[in-house]
Amino acid sequence: MSLCISYNRGGACPRYFFSHNHTTMPMFSHEARLRQQAVFDLLFRNLTRVSAFGVLALLAAIIVSLIVGSMPAIQAFGLGFLTSSDWDPVNDKFGALIPIIGTLVTSGIALLIAIPISFGIAVFLTELSPRILRRPLGIAIELLAGIPSIIYGMWGLFVFAPLFADHIEPWINEHIGSMPYIGPFFSGPPMGIGMLTAGIILAIMVIPFIASVMRDVFDVVPAMLKESAYAVGATTWEVMWNVVLPYTKVGVAGGIMLGLGRALGETMAVTFVIGNAHELSKSLLMPGNSISSALANEFTEAFGDLYTSSLIELGLILFFITFVVLSIARYMLYKLGQREGQVT
Amino acid sequence: MDIDHIANPKITIKNLNFYYGNFRALNDISMSIAEKMVTAFIGPSGCGKSTLLRTFNRMYQLYPKQKATGEILLDGANILDPKQDLNMLRAKVGMVFQKPTPFPMTIYDNIAFGVRLYENLNKHDMETRVEWALRKAALWTEVKDKLKQSGTGLSGGQQQRLCIARAIAVKPQVLLLDEPTSALDPISTAHIEKLIDELKEDFTIVIVTHNMQQAARISDYTAYMYLGDLIELGETNSVFTNPKRKETEDYITGRFG
Repeated sequence: MSLCISYNRGGACPRYFFSHNHTTMPMFSHEARLRQQAVFDLLFRNLTRVSAFGVLALLAAIIVSLIVGSMPAIQAFGLGFLTSSDWDPVNDKFGALIPIIGTLVTSGIALLIAIPISFGIAVFLTELSPRILRRPLGIAIELLAGIPSIIYGMWGLFVFAPLFADHIEPWINEHIGSMPYIGPFFSGPPMGIGMLTAGIILAIMVIPFIASVMRDVFDVVPAMLKESAYAVGATTWEVMWNVVLPYTKVGVAGGIMLGLGRALGETMAVTFVIGNAHELSKSLLMPGNSISSALANEFTEAFGDLYTSSLIELGLILFFITFVVLSIARYMLYKLGQREGQVT
Repeated sequence: MDIDHIANPKITIKNLNFYYGNFRALNDISMSIAEKMVTAFIGPSGCGKSTLLRTFNRMYQLYPKQKATGEILLDGANILDPKQDLNMLRAKVGMVFQKPTPFPMTIYDNIAFGVRLYENLNKHDMETRVEWALRKAALWTEVKDKLKQSGTGLSGGQQQRLCIARAIAVKPQVLLLDEPTSALDPISTAHIEKLIDELKEDFTIVIVTHNMQQAARISDYTAYMYLGDLIELGETNSVFTNPKRKETEDYITGRFG
């Protein structure tokens, strides 16, 4: 009895619990239990299967509805939609070139800034930081990821953009704008808002994602592997760059992709600071537009089938870009593995 | 312990104390390591043998709360001196760990990585060096056709020989082996032991082992440690057949430990 109590504290003693090795118990309860278990198992298996295939079905449904929705625009403009920089609702002429470029360029700037900074943060947190600072700093970075994007947008527009326009853009104009080749990309009136500002705000937003993934994967590198690199006389930098980074490259690439995914689709913050101008300009200091900002800004006021349909096609393109980016990333990882002679 | 009876010391340790935070893990160790000989550290777990080994290349310095006091003289120069350049020290004192730790790169680069940190060799000289190190580690014939493959694809015993090759490619003077065969099967262990015997022609070798038979088989000198104290240091033969101290005798006869 005491055994029973230990199994089922405070309740009735579950005699059937021991029935399977208790020969005096009638057999039917045992069989009934087995049957019951089989039914439960079947139910559970099918439930997980439905959940998994449900995601696939949902994905297919979204793609189909995007394609159906964008049919009028596809029929009207064909492939020219991708290369045309027109955006003229009055005359019903639409092209996606400007928002596509805006999305790719702002995300590219964001990654260019965020990857090295995140690497630095992760190296500091895993290797160099005093132990008592690790947790608070780590939590602070994770909190950064929790700030709603509209707050980044407001901060970008009301705080960052004016500072940028007053102090940094004139400097950029003067020093980088006059250089050959890259100069044209960095000249223009110091307005504060524009592609570069959007890229910088996006960088701040994706840093916590990339940095915390990098920190997590750096943390699981065996101490002995790092020690053996130190043991041949490598510096902290050489250990991180030549041993830890290759060892964790799949995880690091995953973190970067997570950040890129967020940057490509980010809407509110970008809408606040990109300028929302359907103009093609060489300079990163000039306002532009991104796919998601165009959608957010214009969907409610889109009149006529062709306008709405063009916006839906923009959404389809964004979907497609994300898909291609992820595929390229996977392919690069595969190639990287091959170059190192790993059997994949 | 009497430190003068070792004729040709490569390393001389004087009054070495080691602390993990407030915990004192080594008590006033003084001893010598003979040049181009194999010295084995034996003793029960937690006796400080690995801790002692890790002071020779100051590996403990990676961890902020660990510190050593006293002197460790390598060819007469105190390596515990704060002015000692750590990377140069580690070029002179190589180390191999309990488990094989191939770097995530090709077999060739695993060897070349350490060499590149100190020397600027052209392609031909580097290839010669890599081959030399792999031959020294008795691995060349097994990997010469797959130098461009990943080092992580080798078997455990091959990986450990790769790690030895990597350590000696830098041409160190001292080789520290921290239980190098504890993760290996008996055949690979025999390989490594034979290798250690050949390597002592060129290097001063210090090995930590929890396997007394191994110490008896491969070492010239044996140090028995217990609870952070050096109990006995002497020629391996005499330590195992005629130990001077009762504690050593109890340990090697299996009455304790």
